[in-house]
Amino acid sequence: MQSTQAPETTDDTPMQIVAPDGRRVTSERNAPYRARLAGLDDDDLRGFYRDMMLVRRFDTEATALQRQGELALYAPLLGQEAAQIGSGRALSPQDMAFPSYREHGVAYTRGVELPHLLQLFRGVDHGGWDSEAHRFHLYTLVIGSHTLHATGYAMGVQRDGLVGTGDTTQDTAVIAYFGDGATSQGDVSEALGFAAVNNAPVVLFCQNNQWAISVPTSKQSRVPLYRRGHGFGVPSVRVDGNDVLACYAATTEALERARTGGGPTFIEAVTYRMGAHTTSDDPTRYRTSAEEDYWRDRDPIDRLRILLRTEGLWDDEAEAALAVEADALGERVRTYVRGLGRPAASSMFDHVYATENSLVTEDRTWFADYEASFTDQGGAR
Amino acid sequence: MTAQTTTPASTATQLPFAKAINAGLDAALAGDPKVLLMGEDIGPLGGVFRVTDGLQATYGEDRVVDTPLAESGIIGTAIGLALRGYRPVCEIQFDGFIFPGFDQITTQLAKMHYRSSGRLTVPVVIRVPYGGGIGAVEHHSESPEVLFAHTPGLRVVSPGSPQDAFVMIQEAIASPDPVLFFEPKGRYWEKGAVDLSTGPYASGGTSAQAPAEADAFDTLNKAVVARPGTDLTLVAYGATVATALKVAASAASEGTSIEVIDLRSISPLDTTTVVESVRRTHRCVVVHEAPTFLGSGAEIAARVTEQCFYELEAPVLRVGGFHTPYPVAKIEHEYLPGLDRVLDAVDRALAF
Ligand SMILES: Cc1ncc(C[n+]2csc(CCOP(=O)(O)OP(=O)(O)O)c2C)c(N)n1
Repeated sequence: MQSTQAPETTDDTPMQIVAPDGRRVTSERNAPYRARLAGLDDDDLRGFYRDMMLVRRFDTEATALQRQGELALYAPLLGQEAAQIGSGRALSPQDMAFPSYREHGVAYTRGVELPHLLQLFRGVDHGGWDSEAHRFHLYTLVIGSHTLHATGYAMGVQRDGLVGTGDTTQDTAVIAYFGDGATSQGDVSEALGFAAVNNAPVVLFCQNNQWAISVPTSKQSRVPLYRRGHGFGVPSVRVDGNDVLACYAATTEALERARTGGGPTFIEAVTYRMGAHTTSDDPTRYRTSAEEDYWRDRDPIDRLRILLRTEGLWDDEAEAALAVEADALGERVRTYVRGLGRPAASSMFDHVYATENSLVTEDRTWFADYEASFTDQGGAR
Repeated sequence: MTAQTTTPASTATQLPFAKAINAGLDAALAGDPKVLLMGEDIGPLGGVFRVTDGLQATYGEDRVVDTPLAESGIIGTAIGLALRGYRPVCEIQFDGFIFPGFDQITTQLAKMHYRSSGRLTVPVVIRVPYGGGIGAVEHHSESPEVLFAHTPGLRVVSPGSPQDAFVMIQEAIASPDPVLFFEPKGRYWEKGAVDLSTGPYASGGTSAQAPAEADAFDTLNKAVVARPGTDLTLVAYGATVATALKVAASAASEGTSIEVIDLRSISPLDTTTVVESVRRTHRCVVVHEAPTFLGSGAEIAARVTEQCFYELEAPVLRVGGFHTPYPVAKIEHEYLPGLDRVLDAVDRALAF
């Protein structure tokens, strides 16, 4: 099977399919990408909207839970719904995603139960989901390191002969998500290098949300981020990250190239982190309300709502039904989080190694004896 | 029962360390299609020390991979490959160049199994030629083993004989846990008897069959008595085992019987074998090339003191490198714990 050619991409203006006012954009630039939407029907479009609304509701709920002291920390995705749902919905079941720590929307598209993501933030688990079953790896807190894991995984896929077979249920791609700040990490450059020389079936998906905590993208790079790929010989494209259809189309194109043997792609999705970096952050210290207003007018969810309504695919009744669904999700998140118990202290000794290890055994035994000494004296702890 | 070095059977061949490791890698590559080697210059060149000599010619470029010059990249992609079911064996060219990969090793490789509650295993081996005495320039003679041994989730081992090198590299590859495999580069050319039918792969196994019990990885878990003795226990590993054996031979000529323990593994540490030995000899000296401050000798001294307090006739003494960066080659033999410095410590321990 022929691998797809990368469209010419030296255009700094983000590729767009839907403008902020909900109008569809028709241009020569987006023509190859518009063709990628041919397979979507009205239900798919409504589905994108529903997905974005639900993850936003999840986000609101999680932020509130942190404020109520139920979570130690939370990293909101507010504003990045289109980038995550658009790219996540482009993945095939067999594809593998490597997230950083804000990819709740992508997790949702991979079938991860949203409330389970909060085990990490509540401090009961380092990764509360089966990453193999969901084809969605654990969150990664060391910036950029997982872009190499994704590339290595893709090299494994390649060795397994699951690239370019022509069977779309077999051919597999890998995607790694990271931020604009991450592009300054050596690991991301090393990932681009390894991906390029190995022609690895991996998509490096950068969500440029303008800020790495308090540092703007202009202090990470003198050139638009997507151009990083060019130096490595990796086809690279800049898309409007608040345009779910543009994100879907660009990712579909890149994943198909990866699966058919065309190698890696770098995607820069230009978006905006509307909330704080994490619940511990105070964005008023480093950015203006004018900037926030500018981006509020470019809200990724509003533009799809307008499009759906303009095209007669959405009405008040549908909106009300979705609100009910969102409320139910909110309720589910709250109940789940509050119901999470405390792991047994002895569980800290589990899974340090895959094999028994005398150092861990020693500590586990000591701790058990220590704990037992309290019970022996009749005192419970 | 304490493990003793067994003389390899009559089928044994004389092989230098480097060739023994090469033969172990060969057995693993032949035994399991999921095993692959990756590193800088390991292909046609066979690595700067020729440890991978000839393997690419046999197994091809996809299994013996010349990577870009990027340590974090090598280890990070090895983690990804391991997550996909492969068993990557990474070569770091020299000890002093492992640090660009330090982050991937300590924050990612060591913790993946734990973070996933045991769902994911990352059977990556990282081979590191380490230690001094070869007259090299800076960054080419270091002993950074405890920087890794301090990290839970990693196994840190170093073979003390060609026979162990051959078996241990196979066990390291078969192990589901990540292993830092420190090769005493100063001894790459030293020969010893190797039984080529030993080890999980050479004896016909594959890692798929390797049982996950600790007992399956004998050389990775158990120290060995490299030479029995009665007056003092000398603990060494990797690079210093040969020195320790020379010390014991020399002391024997003066009527002192020294037991030499080859630790094999720094993490985990086979305290039992060391303690059993010290209970017999009542004296203990630990020798390693790394600086003594917070080195593995400190850990051993603490454990022996705790467990043999009443049996000890002398404090546990340590002989190692000084708290300086590795010095220039012309004076490295004053830095390294050589025969005289170890004998001096032995005398001090015996004088108590
Ligand atoms: C290697 C590393 N250095 C520092 C940090 C602390 N830190 C956490 S998030 C962050 C900013 C990341 O920005 P970016 O890559 O743009 O991703 P975003 O959070 O905006 O999605 C920093 C500095 C870290 N997690 N890892």
